[in-house]
Amino acid sequence: MTFIVRQISRTADGREIIRSTSHDKPLIFVGRDAACEIHLADLAVNLRHARLVAEGTTRVRVEALGSLGFDLDGRPVRSADINLTTGAELDFGGHRLTVDAEGVNPLITVARVSALSDSSEERDIESLYTLKGKLPSRRFGAWALTLMTLALFLTWPIYTYATSHGIKDRGAGYHGDQSWTAGPLSQAHKGLEKNCQACHVNKFEAVQDKACVACHTLVHDHADVHRQLRAKGPPSNDAALKAAFGKADGRCVDCHNEHLGSGAMAATPQKFCADCHNGLKARLPDTKLDDVSDFGTNHPTFKPMLVVNPETGERRAQSLDGPVTQNTGLKFPHALHLSVTNGVARMSQTVNGGKTLACKNCHAPSADGARFLPVSMERNCQSCHSLAFEIIGGTNRTLRHGEPDQVIADIRAFYRNGGPPNGMGLSGITRHQVGSYSQQLNALPHSWPGGAEGAVARVFSKGGACYDCHIITQSGGGYHVTKVVQPDHYLSKGWFSHAAHATETCQSCHAANTSNATNDVLIPGISTCRHCHVGANGAALKPVSTPTRSSCALCHDYHRVNEAPWRARGKPYNK
Amino acid sequence: MSNAQPRQTARLKSDGSHEGFLAYAGFRWLKVAAVLAGLSLLAYLLIDQQPRPNGGSALGYTLGTIGALLILWLTALGYRKRKMTRGAYSLKAWTSAHAYLGLSLIVVATLHTGFNFGWTVHTLAYVLMMLVIASGIFGITVYATVPQAMSNNRDQMTETQMLNAVRAIDRQLHDAAQTLDQHHAALVQSALDQDPFGGSIFTRLGGRYPGCATSHAQVILRRETGPQADMGNDPLEKVDALLGRKLAILSRVRKHLRYKALLEIWLYVHIPLTFALIAALTAHIISVFFYW
Repeated sequence: MTFIVRQISRTADGREIIRSTSHDKPLIFVGRDAACEIHLADLAVNLRHARLVAEGTTRVRVEALGSLGFDLDGRPVRSADINLTTGAELDFGGHRLTVDAEGVNPLITVARVSALSDSSEERDIESLYTLKGKLPSRRFGAWALTLMTLALFLTWPIYTYATSHGIKDRGAGYHGDQSWTAGPLSQAHKGLEKNCQACHVNKFEAVQDKACVACHTLVHDHADVHRQLRAKGPPSNDAALKAAFGKADGRCVDCHNEHLGSGAMAATPQKFCADCHNGLKARLPDTKLDDVSDFGTNHPTFKPMLVVNPETGERRAQSLDGPVTQNTGLKFPHALHLSVTNGVARMSQTVNGGKTLACKNCHAPSADGARFLPVSMERNCQSCHSLAFEIIGGTNRTLRHGEPDQVIADIRAFYRNGGPPNGMGLSGITRHQVGSYSQQLNALPHSWPGGAEGAVARVFSKGGACYDCHIITQSGGGYHVTKVVQPDHYLSKGWFSHAAHATETCQSCHAANTSNATNDVLIPGISTCRHCHVGANGAALKPVSTPTRSSCALCHDYHRVNEAPWRARGKPYNK
Repeated sequence: MSNAQPRQTARLKSDGSHEGFLAYAGFRWLKVAAVLAGLSLLAYLLIDQQPRPNGGSALGYTLGTIGALLILWLTALGYRKRKMTRGAYSLKAWTSAHAYLGLSLIVVATLHTGFNFGWTVHTLAYVLMMLVIASGIFGITVYATVPQAMSNNRDQMTETQMLNAVRAIDRQLHDAAQTLDQHHAALVQSALDQDPFGGSIFTRLGGRYPGCATSHAQVILRRETGPQADMGNDPLEKVDALLGRKLAILSRVRKHLRYKALLEIWLYVHIPLTFALIAALTAHIISVFFYW
């Protein structure tokens, strides 16, 4: 039996060199040791790795000797019986032994099939030192990210638009086109955040007014449309540009800007008002309105609606530029009551825990704090100006305020039995208080002779209880008390809230403590407001230490409803 | 024709002085970019945008248009760079303008946003743009610092020479280990089998190879041979020396790989994100007009 071993090696240029040796023995060894018949210069092979034993003329048995096995036709084994007629492939480390028969002898062909080291393998030096293969290619990354972005942020939103076109409410969940929002909607429109199509009805079409009035059904035009168009100044520079991009002029959204934050909607910039109201008189000569462009620098003086006839309630707008008076029907000098030194002050200190009178003793704020409740005789006056005239069994008898005929009747009844020994205490200007103190005070120096008719005449005349505060007219033997008008606001085209000015004292705006005349007008003029309020852009005629920027919308409402402007705030238009 | 001039095809000779793209033409594009950013900032501060600054105001649209055109032009460098020319429109001039105008986008685009951010396609486009710019800044930084270090490390060896050096040592290791017993031979084999260019992208960038088989083999061998006296001609001595030499060349190769990775990695962010940015920008612009 002769083992024929054929070693195949390659030269550097790839040429094969074949060396054949014959071993005439029944047993040969495979291993890294040079003494082995089949010597494999392979570190993955044991020094004596296996032996090949011829069995008869047709078979060879292969047995591993050390710890390592070998591969038989790709399967790891430790021993193998090989039929020479069918042959086999044995892998030892990086070498392949092909077992075959040559005549009657086993033929072992040996070849190295893998490189001796990793670095020895074929390398593409161009890309070897680059990141190629370490990362997805830049081209792949670019395509993947681009397609993903387009799918998520273009295709999906357009799909959402297409499937919700014409639908009123899309329902909960995230909708693709929410990623298109330019910013959070204002508080009032928060409910529409998931329903883009509520306002953006048609694609590539600027938001139309009809989308707004679909909900805001009660809102109406600021003025007659034809007059508004005449009042409008020349179109602004960007109007033509906007029109070219399909944004018509004069839409709701021109003034009411959305997507600018989740708080209250920002006030309309004043330029939208000034576009018409600056130079209005020139364009609309019959207007009764004065030109205005900025509160700080160009705003008409205030014209409060002053009472000119309390009896009829007639009021007339009068400019505060000139000397103005009004007649509310009440005689009430503010300075006298607010003094800290006079008799009123002393009396107030007596009954009011040592304090002199202050505004709040008579003027109580309304529920919303914006204005003040009307002053009433019962609540505010009669604690000092009492109409009591007798105490019977500890109970005061009082003349009825607001009912002159009853007053006359009560006085006559009082005198029916000859009258009191000391007459009746009915002085008005002398302070009255309920109780024995008052009784004594009034009784002694004011005993009025003359009986009932004298007492009636006196109470309605100068020095009498009614006359001192009211305007009395005598006609046909009777007495008439003129009505008292207490307007709850004077500036009917603007909004003012006292609550918003709580940091100020009353006197910082109203010169009440120096007002001696009863017909003084205590509504402050625009110059008082301008101590703090400057124009929307900070413009002011005089330097202001703590400027409050004030655009038109701070005081004025554009869409006036029936009760506007004094009821518009804090109340939705369509409720 | 006999008087026809031969076409100039030879390279023009450099005058010998080198001016990097950053300093090109006395920082011309730095100045241009600074003026652009300055004007944008000035306009933003001086123009009263009511009720608040946003991309939809007149200034917002202007800044947005400038920004979008700039982004498209900056992207064009990718095509432009494949054609090298000289002069005012040279590639160097383009690259200089690319870097500085790209930086000015930080100002132009940020002011365009009016500082309104949200989970929207608009903010996505902005964030992508900022990431592209950040990766570009990283790229300029490594271009300015890494080549010197890389050159020092290379020590005049070419990449092919480095590979051949590894191969030569591998061959010698292979030969020297032939007589070793199986245990030691396996150690050497593992050192031979490991891919010197293997490891993940993070290994490349970090330059640390804790699983290095060569280093491992040497440690084990030394642990065994260390306590013994001089072993003379023991093949283990030779193998140990060869492992040491392989470690030295591997260290150089790995540093080189790291520098190369640093010079390259930013482009793997810069370029894909640029295209993602253009996609987001497209969606951003279409969305504005779609819901006009």
